[in-house]
Amino acid sequence: MKWDEFFVTGDPLIYGADVSIVLTVIGILFYLTYFKKWKWLWTEWLTTVDHKKLGIMYIASAVLMLFRGGVDALLMRVQLATPDSKFLDSQHYNEIFTTHGTIMIIFMAMPFLIGLINVVIPLQIGARDVAFPYLNAVSFWTFFIGAMLFNISFVIGGSPSAGWTSYMPLAGNELSPGPGQNYYLLGLQIAGIGTLLTGINFLVTILKMRAPGMTLFRMPVFTWSALITMIIIVFAFPILTVALALMTFDRLFGAHFFTLQGAGMDMLWANLFWLWGHPEVYIVVLPAFGMFSEIISAFSRKTIFGYKAMIWAMVIIAGYSFLVWVHHFFTMGQGELVNSVFSITTMIIGIPTGIKIFNWLFTMYKGKISFTTPMLWSLGFIVNFVIGGVTGVMLAMAAADYQYHNTYFLVAHFHYVLIAGTVFSCFAGLIFWYPKMFGYKLNERIGKWVFWVFNIGFNVCFIPQFILGLDGMPRRVYTYSAASGWGNMNMLSTVGGFLMGIAFLILVYNFYYSFRYSERENTGDSWGLGRTLEWATTSAVPPHYNFAVTPTVDSFDPLIKMKRNNVNLKPKIEDIKKIHMPDNSGVPFFMASFFFVAGFGLVFEWYWMGIVGLIGVFITLIIRSFDKNEGYYVSEEEIKETERLTV
Amino acid sequence: MAHAEVHDHNTPLEYQSETGRLNILGFWVFLGAEIALFSTLFATYLVLMYRTGDGPTPHELFELKGVLIETFLLLTSSFTCGIAIHEMRRRNRKGLFIWMIITLALGAGFLGYEIYEFVTYVHEGAAIGTSAFWSGFFVIVGTHGLHVTMGIAWITLILIQVARRGLTPQTSAKVFISSLYWHFLDVVWIFIFTAVYLTGMVLHNG
Repeated sequence: MKWDEFFVTGDPLIYGADVSIVLTVIGILFYLTYFKKWKWLWTEWLTTVDHKKLGIMYIASAVLMLFRGGVDALLMRVQLATPDSKFLDSQHYNEIFTTHGTIMIIFMAMPFLIGLINVVIPLQIGARDVAFPYLNAVSFWTFFIGAMLFNISFVIGGSPSAGWTSYMPLAGNELSPGPGQNYYLLGLQIAGIGTLLTGINFLVTILKMRAPGMTLFRMPVFTWSALITMIIIVFAFPILTVALALMTFDRLFGAHFFTLQGAGMDMLWANLFWLWGHPEVYIVVLPAFGMFSEIISAFSRKTIFGYKAMIWAMVIIAGYSFLVWVHHFFTMGQGELVNSVFSITTMIIGIPTGIKIFNWLFTMYKGKISFTTPMLWSLGFIVNFVIGGVTGVMLAMAAADYQYHNTYFLVAHFHYVLIAGTVFSCFAGLIFWYPKMFGYKLNERIGKWVFWVFNIGFNVCFIPQFILGLDGMPRRVYTYSAASGWGNMNMLSTVGGFLMGIAFLILVYNFYYSFRYSERENTGDSWGLGRTLEWATTSAVPPHYNFAVTPTVDSFDPLIKMKRNNVNLKPKIEDIKKIHMPDNSGVPFFMASFFFVAGFGLVFEWYWMGIVGLIGVFITLIIRSFDKNEGYYVSEEEIKETERLTV
Repeated sequence: MAHAEVHDHNTPLEYQSETGRLNILGFWVFLGAEIALFSTLFATYLVLMYRTGDGPTPHELFELKGVLIETFLLLTSSFTCGIAIHEMRRRNRKGLFIWMIITLALGAGFLGYEIYEFVTYVHEGAAIGTSAFWSGFFVIVGTHGLHVTMGIAWITLILIQVARRGLTPQTSAKVFISSLYWHFLDVVWIFIFTAVYLTGMVLHNG
């Protein structure tokens, strides 16, 4: 392989990206060296097993990926703004919509939610950490390395271009030669390990680590949504693991699972992909529902309406999430009986979702509502998500889907679900729990600007796409003729896209502004409206052991009851006992780094490198197995000092 | 996290520490994920069962004798693994070692036969790239074989730890978890024996 095949060449946009990557890396290295931050980086972050820090790293990575995926989106919108545009060629356009979709789902939405789950859930159930803190670090680092492996594809070797769904035979060796598609397979495979481990970890954490007295039906709705999400992850992600492995065997070892030759079956890929892919939709939307429940309840100053109905609705949604996958390809020849069955199961999912919408509305009914930014995002969610839901039921009708399929109507629909559901919830949750992570709130005035610019931009971007879709514009085309008459609507959509981009920049500015000027919180209950245990910590940012004394719970919304009874949250000095905590470890970081070596080798089919990487992974596993990892005790004196308790 | 635990005399050694209990539950959840993984492989195999293309059919190549020996070896190893755990609970370290080593030897025998079987098929013109059917066959049986290989290596490492540190709540939880894994592989093999070999020989008469 020659150098100009290894690095992607010829496109000024790529050269610009090369330069900015090099400059950023140099800048970071300079900063770390000049300010002597290397040791801090290693001991505080790279080796941490603290769920709060891992959560923050998840969220920071997700925001970075939101930027990357957002730039992809804006490039597409520039290309489509005018008919017969020459801004991008067809191959480049294909690569960009592939990376946009993959990054936004796998490397933005999921890590953002898992990050918030990491920060909040152990606090919400009154635990010191997750059940397996070390495994949590492995989860983060495999996700991060998988994401990096996927992301370098656009400067080294070339990006995948078969769509985020990677249908066969398009994604096979004949039609997608080169390393691009391998990046997709290996990047997702490595990140998928992390997701599965997160699923196991939080399932056990929520089942076994709850504070005394917190029965299942006293758990906050967000905890419930996380529990149900983890169950979906545990059963859905192995399907993706297998599907990716089989396609890898097809491409690397000449197997015939999905190929046209050798009696393979291309539709098998579509089925396996969506058997994972549809539950994946609920993996990224159920935690969103959970967070909105918390936020709407807090800022309406009312307990959630229909708590049990909310939970059973999520359980039903989780069950049905495995029974609807065929609706992604109604037009691909299953026949009317199969299509009818899946059409009905799909429409049924609308019922529990509708129940949830009504419960949120009834929670607000007669509530004393504060229109803070998290609440604004929640209200925006309800309105916009209903548009996504209703168009979803339209698409669920198999016969009608023959018209909508593969048009911009579908594109608009799933953006209404995923942006209004997942992205809005990520913003809402981030703002809501921001003081829990950093000890100060994001500026509300700037936050409202972000909300309004984003919301208006979002609707200006995607409502025209419904119209374009009904007018017959197919998705995944890199340009269209002026005679089609789609030019004006596309230009409008692009304007909306850029408004969302501007909102993102204002949000980033808000991170900076609030870091500099926001008032520092001095209580655990920053909004003054907390209902659940994460707001019952003594300081705004909980210490690494979370609670000096494990709280006990005897009701739903326990903090509300504590406040009503004027319970002093400050722990009594005689209750302080030494606390056992897990040790930090650098092994997960190295394990993931070896995964990177192995993945990179397999992407280029350099098997020696793949083997070296895998041997490295096994060595880290053996090191871990022999490690006694007994943890350490936080002494009573240290706790008393942290909690500012004096005799 | 806490290590100081109250437990009565009848609590099995592996359940005596909080970490041990959490790890065991976590591993059961992991086995749930493994069931999803193998289910997907079985579904794939059954979908591709008749898609032999120009390659040989399983009816032409499968031989009952080797498969029966493999089955016998692996099923017996599950039994000896059970005895090993029984010995562990009796605090009999020597018994644990003897029965676990027999288990591993039976597992290695199983692997030997499987590798021999794979080599034979490749010589007879059936490799992973021959047809969709053989891709499915090699991947499902190979994934199981890879699990057995990992199991042997893993249990060996744990036995070294038991030899060095003795039977503590920590090491015994590890032994117990690895035994769950071993029994699970046995169960998967029963399904492979039925869905792959028996159906391959009986249903594939064409």
